[in-house]
Amino acid sequence: MATTARIETKDRGPVVGMQEFLAQLLADEEIGAVLVPMHLQQGGTPMPTLVTDPAELAQADPLAPAFPLNGARMVGRLTHGRPGEKIAAVMRPCEVRAFIELVKLNQGSMDELVIIGVDCLGAYKNSDYFALLGEDDPIQTTLAFLGKTGGTKATARNGYDIARACRVCEFPVAEGADIQVGLFGVNFDDGLPVAAYSVRGEALLSRLGLAEMEPLASREQALREAVATRTALRDAVFKEVSAKTGSLKGLSQHLAGCVNCYNCRTACPVCYCKECVFLTDVFDHKPWQYMSWAKQRGMLKLPSDTVFFHLTRMAHMSTACVGCGQCSNACPNGIEVMELFRTVAAKTQAGFDYEPGRSLDEPPPLSVFHKNEFPEVAPVE
Amino acid sequence: METQVLEHEAPQVTGGVGFEPTIVAFVCNWCTYTAADLAGTSRMIQQPNLRLIRMMCTGMVDPKYILKTLLSGADGVLVSGCHPGDCHYINGNYKARRRVKLLGDILTQFGVDPRRLKLTWVGASEGNEFAETVNTMIDDIRALGPMEARSLKVL
Repeated sequence: MATTARIETKDRGPVVGMQEFLAQLLADEEIGAVLVPMHLQQGGTPMPTLVTDPAELAQADPLAPAFPLNGARMVGRLTHGRPGEKIAAVMRPCEVRAFIELVKLNQGSMDELVIIGVDCLGAYKNSDYFALLGEDDPIQTTLAFLGKTGGTKATARNGYDIARACRVCEFPVAEGADIQVGLFGVNFDDGLPVAAYSVRGEALLSRLGLAEMEPLASREQALREAVATRTALRDAVFKEVSAKTGSLKGLSQHLAGCVNCYNCRTACPVCYCKECVFLTDVFDHKPWQYMSWAKQRGMLKLPSDTVFFHLTRMAHMSTACVGCGQCSNACPNGIEVMELFRTVAAKTQAGFDYEPGRSLDEPPPLSVFHKNEFPEVAPVE
Repeated sequence: METQVLEHEAPQVTGGVGFEPTIVAFVCNWCTYTAADLAGTSRMIQQPNLRLIRMMCTGMVDPKYILKTLLSGADGVLVSGCHPGDCHYINGNYKARRRVKLLGDILTQFGVDPRRLKLTWVGASEGNEFAETVNTMIDDIRALGPMEARSLKVL
């Protein structure tokens, strides 16, 4: 078991404590840059920022309850090919899991990366975060969200709650990270527990020379409770969506607000195609084709192929869906995309006994096959 | 006007008595297509509800083809290729099996009966087997009734 060290927060609070920890990482000879969410403009949302100068870290806010985009794709860009120096990336659990999927698809690499995974208390959807933030100082907003002890403060504030994706997420811990920072059940005056879970993480952490601390029983307890609550909410969502979309008519109804903007696909960290087929000539239909479809049913909604698009996306990425909820975050029309895709993903992932982000050693289900499998689909001979 | 068009284009859409299903079959060039040919030249009795699409391999049947087919008025889709171990391209049929498995999991979530998507292995010499597979599937789908997507105006 890895030793647990302490990120000091006394008199500085958890955000400044994290900033100092990141500055220490930058000072390490092996680390060339850190990637961390940072407040860049007043009224904006903290964006993943690649920082090489520790003096720039004053607005870094790895604990902000904001999640403008899933950073897995960004980390993929930074590591696909050789950065030449190691990057320490601060990531949420769903970002880590999505990134592991991208690495398996050769769209990112672990080679020159140290993942700093932070316990996830959840985040507001973009529009809600802006509304909550108003004119306030963003770091004060983060501190108010965190409260005194991680995971104990109600997440609903001023009528806004964290995104539903976060409320139903049963993965609050960044399991695949090299270094984990704990927040759940942690009294923020006592420092943040930080522990390494890989050889490179262990080596890096030991070089920082942080004070040791006992692993917190309160964290384990708080995590157990959070997972139980979130899993129950998740199952309720599955039930609700399954009941509503038990037919193609129900599915079409669920997607009634869809205008085929494909934002969900753009925001999805595991929609891995470099060029989406729905933007290619395959869907560049001729006018006579539309006329023919319209005549078949007496009418044709435009843009066409809405249900087809979503079903195709399910076929492409549902086995890799990490439930980060960026699809719902990006939807301009409030469609419950995350709810729909998580429900389908639960089924397709169970079908292949696959859990995205669980292990680099498990190949994506559609990239392999075995001779004797799925006799219910076609007989094994 | 609308109903006229419907009656003209898709007379079976109402289902019930007299419903004749439309089934689209994606068959591989090397095995099942040859078997279909054999079934035909051997004058085996086959019901005329099947539309064959010859592919080079079931491994190139993109899930999109199946989804589009089922959303566009087919009542069932048959994917049929070489027996395991006989694939002309070594393993395309195994890949097809995973894709059909995946699609089955997705489609049943939305109330599509799993019998509407079928994967079989029919070798080049198995004309009998082909005719039987086709007739059985057509009977099954006829009993199931029309695919829901046929009656939906907005998809």
